[in-house]
Amino acid sequence: MPKLKNKNSNILNIGLKSFADNIQDAGGLVTHVDWQPPAGGDINIGSKLADLVNNERIEKANKKAFSRYLDANPVLEGVGIARDDLPGMTEKLILHAGPPLEWEVMCGPMKGAILGATIYEGWASNLTDAEKLVLGGGVQFDSCHHHNAVGPMAGVISPSMPVWIINNTIHGNQAFATLNEGLGKVLRFGANSSDVIERLKWMEAGLAPMLNAAIQETGAIELKPLISQALHMGDEVHNRNAAASSLLIKKLIVGALGSDAVPDDIKDMVSFIAGNDHFFLNISMSSCKVMLDAADGMANSTMVTAMARNGVKFGIRVSGLPDRWFTTTAPVVDGLYFPGYSKDDAAADLGDSAITETAGLGGFAMAASPAITQFVGGSPADGLAQSQNMQNITIGRNHQFTLPALDFAPTAAGIDVRKVVDTNILPIVNTGIAHKEAGIGQIGAGIAPAPLDVFIQTIEPIHDSVMSST
Amino acid sequence: MLKKYLIRKNHYCDSVLLMKVAADLETLPGILQATAIMATAANLELARTVDLIDDTIEAQPNNLLLAVIAEDEGAATKALSQAEENIEKAGSNTVAARNLRLEAKSIEMSVSQDTELNWALISCPGEYAAAEAKKALNLGLNVMLFSDNVSIQEEVEIKKIGRAADLLVMGPDCGTAIINGLPLGFANVVTKGPVGIAAASGTGLQQVSSLLTQWGVGISQAIGTGGRDLSADVGGVAMTEAIKVLGEDAQTEMIILVSKPANKEVAEKIFAVAREAEKPVIVCFFTTEKISSDGLIQFVTTLDEAAEIAYSIVNSGDLPKRITFGTEVTSQSSNQKDTQKYLRGVYSGGTFCYETQFILNEVLGRVWSSTALDPAQSLKDPWLSQEHTVIDLGDDVFTQGRPHPMIDHRLRHERILQEASDPETAVILFDVVIGFGSHADPASEMLRSIQEAREIAAKGGRQIYFVGFVCGTDMDPQNLKLQIETLQSAGAILADSNAMAARQAASLIIASSK
Repeated sequence: MPKLKNKNSNILNIGLKSFADNIQDAGGLVTHVDWQPPAGGDINIGSKLADLVNNERIEKANKKAFSRYLDANPVLEGVGIARDDLPGMTEKLILHAGPPLEWEVMCGPMKGAILGATIYEGWASNLTDAEKLVLGGGVQFDSCHHHNAVGPMAGVISPSMPVWIINNTIHGNQAFATLNEGLGKVLRFGANSSDVIERLKWMEAGLAPMLNAAIQETGAIELKPLISQALHMGDEVHNRNAAASSLLIKKLIVGALGSDAVPDDIKDMVSFIAGNDHFFLNISMSSCKVMLDAADGMANSTMVTAMARNGVKFGIRVSGLPDRWFTTTAPVVDGLYFPGYSKDDAAADLGDSAITETAGLGGFAMAASPAITQFVGGSPADGLAQSQNMQNITIGRNHQFTLPALDFAPTAAGIDVRKVVDTNILPIVNTGIAHKEAGIGQIGAGIAPAPLDVFIQTIEPIHDSVMSST
Repeated sequence: MLKKYLIRKNHYCDSVLLMKVAADLETLPGILQATAIMATAANLELARTVDLIDDTIEAQPNNLLLAVIAEDEGAATKALSQAEENIEKAGSNTVAARNLRLEAKSIEMSVSQDTELNWALISCPGEYAAAEAKKALNLGLNVMLFSDNVSIQEEVEIKKIGRAADLLVMGPDCGTAIINGLPLGFANVVTKGPVGIAAASGTGLQQVSSLLTQWGVGISQAIGTGGRDLSADVGGVAMTEAIKVLGEDAQTEMIILVSKPANKEVAEKIFAVAREAEKPVIVCFFTTEKISSDGLIQFVTTLDEAAEIAYSIVNSGDLPKRITFGTEVTSQSSNQKDTQKYLRGVYSGGTFCYETQFILNEVLGRVWSSTALDPAQSLKDPWLSQEHTVIDLGDDVFTQGRPHPMIDHRLRHERILQEASDPETAVILFDVVIGFGSHADPASEMLRSIQEAREIAAKGGRQIYFVGFVCGTDMDPQNLKLQIETLQSAGAILADSNAMAARQAASLIIASSK
């Protein structure tokens, strides 16, 4: 039987605000909800969503999935080769960022990067031949995510490329990412001139073995403490990796000096990393990937395990709906553009780097990084508000990643699709903006909210699965 | 003359604000007609029906649509931008006091911020309301669902969830309740006391609780159930739960049950539950069937009687000391014409309209209505009275696209003038409902209507009696006493309850026909 008297009435008001005012005038406790029709006003989805709110099965599944994400312990094991280490990596396969898509519809930077990789692999000697090969079906494509990998921007991984190997020491899964090439004319923005290919060749032949030797000497590098420390030094490890890259160099130098490497190789390695404040980004991304993969495939869980863009589509993956992508048109980011460029020049949102936000870093940890709030078009105060606001759409918080400016509050982590659809609060992604033509590079940066539509799409399949699994 | 519109994407506003925006728009220079709606399919259809927008407009349910018919382009543009400004201002209203937090975007978000929440008062548009109610129940909150337009299937489902979770579900279409002393929705400020009420009727609940407060007897809890609760489909789930709650409640010494005519089997079930409450129960269900009272349940036919019996139980048999008005009028002093034979009731409270039909059927015979107790007495055209007629202007027929007459008096004003121009009208019977949620000064609105109506009648050499009552208490923001004084200054004949007013009106008709 309902109980009325055990507590004072403490009332939640949805709809007419005057009712809240009346209750308050009468001396009652009341909270008015700043309500909007959920699911963009779709009544059918809204009704299904209601069944899922505080659903016991989902709560249990999310708790499990989230604790696997929290427990996961990424370590940098070494540097391998995509061909040898990535699961399902076959010859003539090129991986790319975001959900899978066909060559014909790919954006400029992705096409440029794929042609570059074709030349880099020696499958063609020039761009014309490379394109012929691709058009003739001589190259296969797949999503990095399908091979436990992630890549920034175009995210292209071809078989010969060196890859970071990230091990999750708790659950045993692995994740991979290429080495970061730096800024300017680089493959991930679609550049494919001979100097780009030459750099990639050097990274394969010179940098990768040097890095691996250094890591083998120092031993696997624990990444959570490093990321945590970087957050306290002004990084959010998506758009700012200056601190994390420096912390990594410290470890690598010690390892390199203790190895058999010759001083010239050590010098090349150190100066390359020192010249690239984003060097750590690919490690950050693959760390996030390994933590989130640990949480994937939990039946009935509504936790997002990946957000990724391919320059055409924005896609998400959800723990309880494994191996599926929910996609919508990738937005063009409304950010700040470098002088001479505008929104008209921009490619649509691109890259797997939103995996950092999915894991509670990047835009979710914006409070840690006042230095880049202006770069992405805001103020430090906006950054604080943003990090706090994200707590409203996540399953929990990650106490391993804390935000000094918010009194060391843990970052919000584990995006819950139900909460996104119910509150219309969208996950914030810090992102770089690529030029729509191959090879021009980054032309701006901004804050891009993930599109609501992909979250709405998940409600019906989750409803089907939760309501049928009695 | 031209049509112009404006769409704001993803900008939700509640309908009360939008109706105000639309009303304000129509007062702007050069604007002939205006609407402000959330662009749901139903709302767009309504706007198309009145030719305010063209078929070609494409808008989503989350879009705010402002549309005007204006004399010229300039007026239209100016008015629309003014309306936008008003909407912006409404969004940044900082008058709200400190413990009113505005940041939560969903029920779950609010609950996570404040784990002490235990009630949800839901008044969002009906098509979204059932989902919000489910969420509230899933999160352990009792629910008062003020919204209407919730389907009966949804009502059944929500009430089932509530019962399984030991949570109360009041509504849908539950206009009023008083829980732990707090007025919810449209409610009067009442004193605390021994009488518990469970009502499937908003104004019924207000009448009983206000009368008892006027007479010095307080209310423990007043639980609403929604108007359809005692239908065969819903099966009286909410009233059953309410009776159990009141039965267990130590402050409640007796229970009053109020409903419009109920399904017979459901009513029987309710009576069985009531008999187990081990407290005196008074039932007012407006049924023509004579059920004799027994030691456990007393059946009454008017709200007034229900309150009176409760009073007399508390005061060991005494009768309440009623307010006297000193405005008794006899037909000797009248100069009514022979054509003036009929009574016209113009109500804002649905249950009052029912109760009046119930009373008048006995004393005057056939009474027509747009919400007729007896389907044979349904008005052919709700907009046109015939013989004795009582209408509920709060009924859906009249409120399509308009605020409720308890908030907005305009429609009732027009109807009163229409009745006054009818040479057959002898008596106009009305209610004035005050309390939270109602118009800030309804008696003054009624005063204006009475004065204008008198002028119209006088031109035809006629005099019309105005008979009414005020439902409310002295603690209500509008103040019962002030409202009564205003009506008396208009020369209205007042009673202290609807039943008394209806009988008074009937006796004037009978007296003049002799």
